[in-house]
Amino acid sequence: MFELLGVAPQVLFGQLLLGLINGSFYALLSLGLAVIFGMLNVINFAHGAQYMVGAFAAWMLMQWAGVGYWWALLLAPVLVGLFGVALEKTMLSRLYKLDHLYGLLLTFGIALMLEGAFRHQFGSSGMPYPIPDALKGGQNLGFMFLPNYRAWVVVASLVVCSGTWYAIERTQLGAYLRAATENPVLVQAFGINVPVMITATYGFGVALAGLAGVLAAPIYQVNPLMGSNLIIIVFAVVVIGGMGSILGAIVTGLGLGLLEGLTKVFYPEASNIVIFVVMAIVLLIKPAGLFGRER
Amino acid sequence: MPDGAFTTTAMLEIEDLHAYYGESHVLHGVSLKVRQGEVVTLLGRNGAGKTTTMRSIMGVVSKRTGSIKFQGQELIGLAQHKVPRLGIGYVPEERGIFASLSVDENLTLPPVVKPGGMTVEQIYTLFPNLKGRGSTQGTRLSGGEQQMLAIARILRTGANLILLDEPTEGLAPVIIEQIGVAVRELKQRGFTILLVEQNFRFASTIADRHYVMEEGHIVDMIPNDELEANMGKLHEYLGV
Repeated sequence: MFELLGVAPQVLFGQLLLGLINGSFYALLSLGLAVIFGMLNVINFAHGAQYMVGAFAAWMLMQWAGVGYWWALLLAPVLVGLFGVALEKTMLSRLYKLDHLYGLLLTFGIALMLEGAFRHQFGSSGMPYPIPDALKGGQNLGFMFLPNYRAWVVVASLVVCSGTWYAIERTQLGAYLRAATENPVLVQAFGINVPVMITATYGFGVALAGLAGVLAAPIYQVNPLMGSNLIIIVFAVVVIGGMGSILGAIVTGLGLGLLEGLTKVFYPEASNIVIFVVMAIVLLIKPAGLFGRER
Repeated sequence: MPDGAFTTTAMLEIEDLHAYYGESHVLHGVSLKVRQGEVVTLLGRNGAGKTTTMRSIMGVVSKRTGSIKFQGQELIGLAQHKVPRLGIGYVPEERGIFASLSVDENLTLPPVVKPGGMTVEQIYTLFPNLKGRGSTQGTRLSGGEQQMLAIARILRTGANLILLDEPTEGLAPVIIEQIGVAVRELKQRGFTILLVEQNFRFASTIADRHYVMEEGHIVDMIPNDELEANMGKLHEYLGV
């Protein structure tokens, strides 16, 4: 079969794995964006920068406090999430009554400031972050070599994504969230403190970006611009999946990662634009996105 | 039983309430009382301020002055999400059934604020139409069923004062009859109800007293047993 396609299985599966890894990050990041957009109606342009800060938080914890990967996996998202809470409380919450555009501009400005500050402090060449000992090495699957850390990233991302999906779609807290997305005034009139819920949601979405940053640190270099390279693709993923759709963000993120991997095998020249081509087609046929609901 | 009603305490007491939407002054000194166990209606034409009175009680209106007391406690100045927690249930005019929630999720959405609310079984007995529809998307129910669901979800919470905003609006007579049966049943169970209605024939079958609103204040109060005698006046107020 592989001979028919004209590619070696190692190449095909290698690229598929790479696509799956990229897809895991697309899914985690677009999930956070979808959660935030659904609840706050804010297009969080700072998401890429917050992902970068998550990676740096892990790096700084290790360099300056001797905190290893596993604790960083917990602490860095919490720190980044708290930063998000402060941001929402002091700035974003003032913009809800205005057009979407203001939230976008504010978060875009914050992204530029964060990236500028980190570049000033750490330069733009990037710092290595070691793979934790427990996940060094890999498995020979016969048709390909699977590095343990990459397998872990895919599994961790799937677990976090499906956990978030479950929490939003199947629990009482998730029902409050979905209801408040539709009609915050009425949910408040049932006795639920919606402003607190909004703050917590933003904090959670940002923490997801931070978590993705920690997961990414051992794979990519810890670099002040690591987020801005990724965020444009993630926005395309969110648009394709449907703004605010949780399932859409997850499925589209993983799917498009794989599609990108396949394109690298069969038509490498198109691999950088394939996601945007898909976005254009989806917008033409289904403007609300594959999983989106018309508003 | 209007005479007996005067001896019981006021559950809800509104005094000289003014309310504003941005620059526009909508309520001009509303005063009314609802006693424990009473069903009281607000009648009046469109734009008279009936819904705004309801929204002011819930704290949804941005600016209010005057006094709204529930069981002696002042509501103006209280955080918005604390008002329902005192035991006030709100059934809005637009019903507010959530499209992204199933019927079950809609039903169990409002948190229980006090003990003594109805069980889901009792609610199904009151509104048999809702039974077996649990996994249906909330907004796929018919208009009448959505109205029933909007009332039903409040009954679970233990709220003892229910604000019902135009429960019969846009519904077929047979459904209005069903809603009427349910509201009478609620009254028998001891719920206190403030009801906004345009349809005073419906209102007259369940209410103890009627307040008539015009241009943001109360212009008259008619006990239900004097409704017949005041029909001429009422027609003039409502322009029917």
